[in-house]
Amino acid sequence: MLIFEQGTKNRRAFMQAPRGEFSTDDFPAHLLRETTPTLPEVSELQAVRHYTKLSQKNFSIDTQFYPLGSCTMKYNPRGVHRLATYPGYLGRHPLAPDQHSQGYLQSIYELQEILKSVTGMQGISLAPMAGAQGEFAGVQMIQAYHEARGDTARSEIIVPEAAHGTNPASAVMCGYTVKSLPIADDGDVDFDALKSIVGPQTAGIMLTNPSTLGVFERRIKDVADLIHDAGGLLYYDGANLNAILGKTRPGDMGFDVMHMNLHKTFATPHGAGGPGSGPVAVAECLEPYLPVPIVVKEGEYYRLVAESERPDSIGHLSAFAGNANIMLRAYIYARMLGREGLIRAGEFATLNANYLMKRLQDAGFDLAYPERRATHEFIITMARQAKQMDITAMDFAKRLLDYDMHAPTTYFPLLIAECLLIEPTETESKEVLDKFVEVMIKIQQEAESDPDMVRNAPYTRPVRRLDDVKAARELDLVWKEPSA
Amino acid sequence: MSEVPSELKYSKSHEWVRLEDDGSVTIGITEHAQELLGDMVFVELPDLETDVNSGDECGVVESVKAASDIYAPVSGFVVAINEELSDAPEIVNSDPYGGGWIFRLKLRDDAEMSELLDADAYEEHIAD
Repeated sequence: MLIFEQGTKNRRAFMQAPRGEFSTDDFPAHLLRETTPTLPEVSELQAVRHYTKLSQKNFSIDTQFYPLGSCTMKYNPRGVHRLATYPGYLGRHPLAPDQHSQGYLQSIYELQEILKSVTGMQGISLAPMAGAQGEFAGVQMIQAYHEARGDTARSEIIVPEAAHGTNPASAVMCGYTVKSLPIADDGDVDFDALKSIVGPQTAGIMLTNPSTLGVFERRIKDVADLIHDAGGLLYYDGANLNAILGKTRPGDMGFDVMHMNLHKTFATPHGAGGPGSGPVAVAECLEPYLPVPIVVKEGEYYRLVAESERPDSIGHLSAFAGNANIMLRAYIYARMLGREGLIRAGEFATLNANYLMKRLQDAGFDLAYPERRATHEFIITMARQAKQMDITAMDFAKRLLDYDMHAPTTYFPLLIAECLLIEPTETESKEVLDKFVEVMIKIQQEAESDPDMVRNAPYTRPVRRLDDVKAARELDLVWKEPSA
Repeated sequence: MSEVPSELKYSKSHEWVRLEDDGSVTIGITEHAQELLGDMVFVELPDLETDVNSGDECGVVESVKAASDIYAPVSGFVVAINEELSDAPEIVNSDPYGGGWIFRLKLRDDAEMSELLDADAYEEHIAD
């Protein structure tokens, strides 16, 4: 039941209401509303119960194994939360002057330095409010770079067909035409196809490495040389950075610009759509174009760089300086783990993925790339089960919920039929991974003995199988007050 | 096994092409393609009265699983689009070779028709 439907006329939560009278005299008349807004009229206790119950219906990393591929659902350490909510951090006003914000600015400056060191990049801005905005900023910088050189005929961005959907979207948002790059049978990009589409019209290429197929792009050096020789730039989608922490760096692979998802690699919370943080880091040639603000250190003094000092900057991406508290969490996480700890996080993430992959293979499941080593994630395909038993990847996914495990990512990447993209992350124990294998074997047995039961799962959740077709065709997102 | 009518021509990207009596061609996506995509929720039609080149992205079919571009299998001028699909994209699933047609082209170069796959070749294409 929606909270709007629980209300009683004129019920209020008085403890939460503003005190005193407020005048609206100084508001422009045309901005004042004539009727009161339709708000839920509930007591404080009703509101608390409603949202607590909603939270109990949720799957979350705090309550369940959550191997959602490409999302890096790692544990968010409570210690990080505790430190990031120190009053000195929490109480800082976004417009507080630099001299009153030295502790905060030092933290952000040090995060900038840590991220540069992790990625092998020369410059960085933490301004983007999410990964997608980081991508947009990155492609804008590529555009600014070409334009500054008078190189204006470059109209295409190359994107592999296995890419995250945000990559082509970011390119199109910046006015580029997307050239789709096929993937070879071994999971690497089709290098011959790449050669045939690179040219003087190429502004750049957007790559995720390791790719969404859960394999490391082995010819990355050749790809970088080919693109650079044609005058293009390389964009690194940092979504899968967790796998390579401390082992290799986008800067060393030849990338010129990248974004990071702090909520993935640096363990900040994955909220329902936010708040996110998508810092962009760049090679030297793109530094002038970085979005502002950026924290600089002068002697022992830290300050925010203004747009006026960066005439070539692509500008501001938000009113202030990014999602401050998310950046602080990433900073504290990185400081808690240190260099050694971050390297271990990457090693354990890949070890867990490879262990799980091998065990599932031994249990009879089909790997998308059996000859390849997994990175931090891997793909199994249910194409055989779909063909032989009419049991799909979605059926497995739904049945997993009954065993109190979140489903892996389903039907992405699109290249692999009936796929499950599985990413256990480094924060799960061997016991949990073994349990997942056990459950997958159980579901396979159920699919053989009682396929209808599996097709109708889940049975134990607040809702059964949803009609996603109806939901997509008849979007209904706005509550309407029932007419009296 | 999906139906592959023998009187139609096909592209590798899973469009079918039917030569009409007036010399225009009707284009849709194959039964195999709609099966792979699953239940349609949205069809973005090509722009009416525009020129398209063979291989151009000229529309989108979106299902609960994926959004997939529609490519022009041959070059020509868009003379008709199936507006019924805007309200009822599911016809692409239920009747891909009939009511689920997507657009109609006036051919620019008849010779391009011979470059398309015939039913046997398309069946072979989707077999692996």
